[in-house]
Amino acid sequence: MSMADHRPRSIPDQLTTPLARALKSWESLLLVVAIGIFILNSFASPYFLNAWSLSDATFNFTEKAMIAFAMALLIVAGEIDLSVASIIALASTAMGVALQLGAGTPVLVLVGLGTGLLCGAFNGVLVTRFGLPSIVVTIGTMSLFRGISYIILGDGAFRGYPADFAWFGQGYVFWVISVEFVIFALLAVVYGVVLHKTNFGRAVYAVGNNATAALFSGIRVGRVKMILFLLTGLMSGLAAICLTSRLGSTRPSIGTGMELEVVTMVVLGGVNILGGSGSIPGVVIAAFVMGLVTFGLGLLNVPGIVMSIFIGLLLIGVIALPRLWAKLRRA
Amino acid sequence: MSFLKSREAILTGAIVALLALVATRYGAFIRPANLAAVFNDTSPLIILALGQMVVILTRCIDLSVAANLALTGMVCAMLNVAMPGLPIGVILVVALALGAALGAINGLLVWKLDIPPIVVTLGTMTIFRGVIFLLSDGQWVNSHEMSASFTGFARHVILGLPVLSWIAILVALVMLVVMTRTPMGRALYAVGGNPHAAVYTGINVGRSQFIAFVISGMLAGLCGYLWIARYAVAYVDIAGGFELDVVAACVIGGISIAGGIGTVGGAILGALFLGIIKNALPVVDISPFWQLAISGAAIIIAVLFNARADRTKGRVILKSAEVTQ
Repeated sequence: MSMADHRPRSIPDQLTTPLARALKSWESLLLVVAIGIFILNSFASPYFLNAWSLSDATFNFTEKAMIAFAMALLIVAGEIDLSVASIIALASTAMGVALQLGAGTPVLVLVGLGTGLLCGAFNGVLVTRFGLPSIVVTIGTMSLFRGISYIILGDGAFRGYPADFAWFGQGYVFWVISVEFVIFALLAVVYGVVLHKTNFGRAVYAVGNNATAALFSGIRVGRVKMILFLLTGLMSGLAAICLTSRLGSTRPSIGTGMELEVVTMVVLGGVNILGGSGSIPGVVIAAFVMGLVTFGLGLLNVPGIVMSIFIGLLLIGVIALPRLWAKLRRA
Repeated sequence: MSFLKSREAILTGAIVALLALVATRYGAFIRPANLAAVFNDTSPLIILALGQMVVILTRCIDLSVAANLALTGMVCAMLNVAMPGLPIGVILVVALALGAALGAINGLLVWKLDIPPIVVTLGTMTIFRGVIFLLSDGQWVNSHEMSASFTGFARHVILGLPVLSWIAILVALVMLVVMTRTPMGRALYAVGGNPHAAVYTGINVGRSQFIAFVISGMLAGLCGYLWIARYAVAYVDIAGGFELDVVAACVIGGISIAGGIGTVGGAILGALFLGIIKNALPVVDISPFWQLAISGAAIIIAVLFNARADRTKGRVILKSAEVTQ
């Protein structure tokens, strides 16, 4: 073991960052990549540089990014939630059931958010009260939540959502600025402030860097993690509202595989998968990068499953390349 | 006495109770011929669970097994369509080798670049599925395109059991010997039990994890051919989500996700438990749509159970303080 391993881990979220270091940061690298993809896209397809096209492109990431913000905090705190896509399925199914019982839009929204919160609470209790590893718990709830949707819906679907419910996924606030994009932007600010400017945010980093030390510093580790699981569930409920509203129907297979894209977005945004470091601006830029890549490929008629190869490569490559680089430099 | 308290004994009891319960609703379920059919149906799950067990023992997880199975299966099917005369022996070697190679990709990323296994295998899971689409162009390979010997091999009955079942038994026996009677098996347990101590004993932790992924991949590849042969169809989404059943079988079988704890018998019994539930659902008039939720609930209950079993041993004081927060 080298001496470097014995130095205490510094908390990476610096309060004052010199300009030179900011330019070399992961976020600015990502920004360059995002701009590069933007320019490539505009050369690749004549339909790309158009206000409505660009507005459409945002739908590729807004729902996933809502979850990614909460997931980023959860991963920084050293936990993970793989059940988010299944929470979407269950929340959407619950809304469908409420719809059958004659619920209006306000009730549907409450049902969606409430189901998400309950699912998050279920994960959180299992992890914090019973001390179970979050990976296994959420692999289990990933089957359980979607399984309940299948029990309720079988191979059927819920349709006929009220017209005003469509506002969330299909509405526009102003010209080409969609409702979903506004929710995304507001959440980006809220989560950025929470993680980087509040005591709670500092506690999240502390828990992720060293849970034992955090406990001795008077941080309620279990409570911090519980809140983060609740937030992730709530955001999945919100994403379920937007997705259901956009698609106009609920099937039990809704959002399958989305957990992978959310985790990829968070990791691409520079959040350490082992916990302890990461930033919200990074996740925001990563959301744009992923949205632009998938939209660009879509314009080039690349099928969805081939895009998933890119997402998988992106997820592994983003973690592998810096480590490979560090290894080569050391050698 | 200690055997009666072991996970294997509890699971055996649970399986017997489950069979008795099903038998009260439908007596023919426990006829030997039907039990043999259930075993045959569960054989791929048993083989995959044995591979997953090795990976989980070394503190890793392999979520790419089902995608590996589907990719290898598709390659075998396309090979058969292109060269119908190719002997089954060659196809088996191709399946084992390709599966092992795909597993080695996971293993190398974990060993050489130290990337968390969950991230690696989530990534390769989607990549493998995407590659199947690229290879097959989204087309199905149907039974009439496959040769009779290709699909017949897995169903060929020897001594009352199909070859598929015999392969599962063979794999179980080999794994039993490897895990309990060889230095490699001991090393795999040591790596998961205490990686730091393993290093000081002269065991290469990363290399052991690599070997675990290769074993898991190889068995997934083997299942790939057997699966395609049995169902006589190959397409992109084959065995979709099956990795969750495999992990569930391991967790139910008492294999600790924290590594180092678990037995071949446990993995087999865990797989059989799930297999019996799956086969019993239609018999007792429960919609097959319940399957997914039951697997999920089984994972959570089993992991709760495992955690309680772990807690009887010595614990760090702070850990309990952390939990009670």
